[in-house]
Amino acid sequence: MNMLKLSWKYLVAKPLNTGLNILLLALGLAIITVLILVQDQFENKMTRDAEGIDLVVGAKGSPLQLILSSIYHIDFPTGNIELEDAVSVSKNRLIKNVIPLGMGDNYQGYRIVGTNHDYLDLYNVGFQEGVAWEKPFEVVLGNDVAKKLGLKAGDEFVGSHGIGSSSHEHDEHPYFVTGVLALQDNVVDKLILTSIESVWYTHDEEHDHQKIEAPVSTSGFPETDEDRQVTSLLIQYRNPIAAVQLPRLINSRSALQAASPSFEISRLFELLGVGVKLIQGLAIVIIVIAGLGIFIALFNSLKERKYDLAVMRTLGASRGQLFFHIVLEGIILTFLGALVGIAIGHLFLTVLVMQNEQGAIGGLTAAVFLKEELWIVVYAIAVGIVASLIPAWTAYQTDIAKQLTKS
Amino acid sequence: MVTAKNIDFYYDTKTRFEIPDIIMKPGEQLLILGKSGSGKTTILNILGGLLKPFSGEVKIENTSIYELSGAKLDKFRGRNIGIVFQRPHILAPLTVEENLGLANYFANEKGKQNETLLKELGIYEKRKSKVHTLSEGEAQRVSIARAMANSPKLILADEPTASLDDENAEVVVKLLQQQAGKFQAALIIVTHDQRIKNHISNQIIIGGGS
Repeated sequence: MNMLKLSWKYLVAKPLNTGLNILLLALGLAIITVLILVQDQFENKMTRDAEGIDLVVGAKGSPLQLILSSIYHIDFPTGNIELEDAVSVSKNRLIKNVIPLGMGDNYQGYRIVGTNHDYLDLYNVGFQEGVAWEKPFEVVLGNDVAKKLGLKAGDEFVGSHGIGSSSHEHDEHPYFVTGVLALQDNVVDKLILTSIESVWYTHDEEHDHQKIEAPVSTSGFPETDEDRQVTSLLIQYRNPIAAVQLPRLINSRSALQAASPSFEISRLFELLGVGVKLIQGLAIVIIVIAGLGIFIALFNSLKERKYDLAVMRTLGASRGQLFFHIVLEGIILTFLGALVGIAIGHLFLTVLVMQNEQGAIGGLTAAVFLKEELWIVVYAIAVGIVASLIPAWTAYQTDIAKQLTKS
Repeated sequence: MVTAKNIDFYYDTKTRFEIPDIIMKPGEQLLILGKSGSGKTTILNILGGLLKPFSGEVKIENTSIYELSGAKLDKFRGRNIGIVFQRPHILAPLTVEENLGLANYFANEKGKQNETLLKELGIYEKRKSKVHTLSEGEAQRVSIARAMANSPKLILADEPTASLDDENAEVVVKLLQQQAGKFQAALIIVTHDQRIKNHISNQIIIGGGS
């Protein structure tokens, strides 16, 4: 027998009360855990995906939507822009590099993005197998796509029109997989990459076989004399002056808009921040109520236990030991609450991610443990100590003789 | 050796308790008889180190217990004084065995004789049971075992038979005497229960001498 076991026995003697207190605290802490996990990974992921991209140019509309659709591939594109406009913008001397994107198709919900080899360089991708595309209708699969769809180099599939899972299929031309990327741990994992030409030709009514056999452009814009469109452009600045001049210049053109990822993302976090604060507030309220619950439970149980405490004193327990006995109960309760809470948080996030594989939080994982989670345990134990101080003090002051003479 | 000398205590000045001096050798037994309200339990509390008298001295094995401070007195009590109450007051969340173990823990004792104790008191079969499964008589025997768990020098029993039937009352008194004899402990029973009178010849009557 020792103090820990003694406190534990008293808690187990009231399983419902103990369980309820642990669960309530765990609920509050689970919310905090999910917030911490999501916030940390979401911000990391957002910054990582946007690295190297200074500006996104696309059709007029919501700048946030343009960023979300072109960098993170979660929202719908704002529309297309004329290739002619795109080319003329890209000639600006403030621009170091332009990567054109052409979107509009998907396969089983995974977006098919037309671009050039610069996009692969932007994210520094490595290949798990195969090579990059060289001809129209050749594609490279992101790691998650290959894994989930069970495709490998040499396989073929038919894309469907639209960004989400599917309307009609483009059955004339199947895509041919030339390579699968190594796991990048960023947005590329969930994309099917191909040339701009592939995207153009799928939507053409008639097919020119000569064109389809010709190699595609691997950098810059494809050469064409037809009226063609692209969805958006990812731009890298040549120097800091560009950040001041270029957006204004592009936005003054009627057909185009320029959006800065860093600006839009901080705006997005600001918008989300209100919601996050609200949920945080709710979690704190739940934790405070849980703390109160523990306080009330300990205080009430003390009334029934005064005799027990007096008996312990006659058996040789000191006042300090009784104080510790009660505080220990608070600590055990909150420590378990913290563990259960963290477990629930991770479980909840796992389920959330599983149900949203292709969505905005699809790239998150619940299988990481952050330093902040240790703080959750520390805070929880602090709640336990605070909640048990007054009951413990009452136990400390129990007058044995008086208590034993009663009844 | 247990001595209590010149003890003075009162709750209000009008009703002072007459507390006789007590001197007991190891293995001696004493019955303190008195009506309820005569101060029997108060004497017991003072002897047990639970209630500090206004003046006087309680000595157990050459230790003047009220000169010990706080936690030291608690530890001394745990090691040297076993107390049996009218109601058993077994700690309900713990098993019979664990109740004894807790007494050992608070007194920093090993509790080697626990098993023998439980066997001698006839509750060894119930060692894994919780208190609510025990009969009144069994529960009282558990509380005696707990009081003996650290081989005390002084055993105090406060109305140990009051809530028991004749048969159990006799068993409990005999067990108390037996165990006290085994440890060579001084045994003091305070009671108004006339059934005990015949068992212990050494008697003090307090509070108007009925």
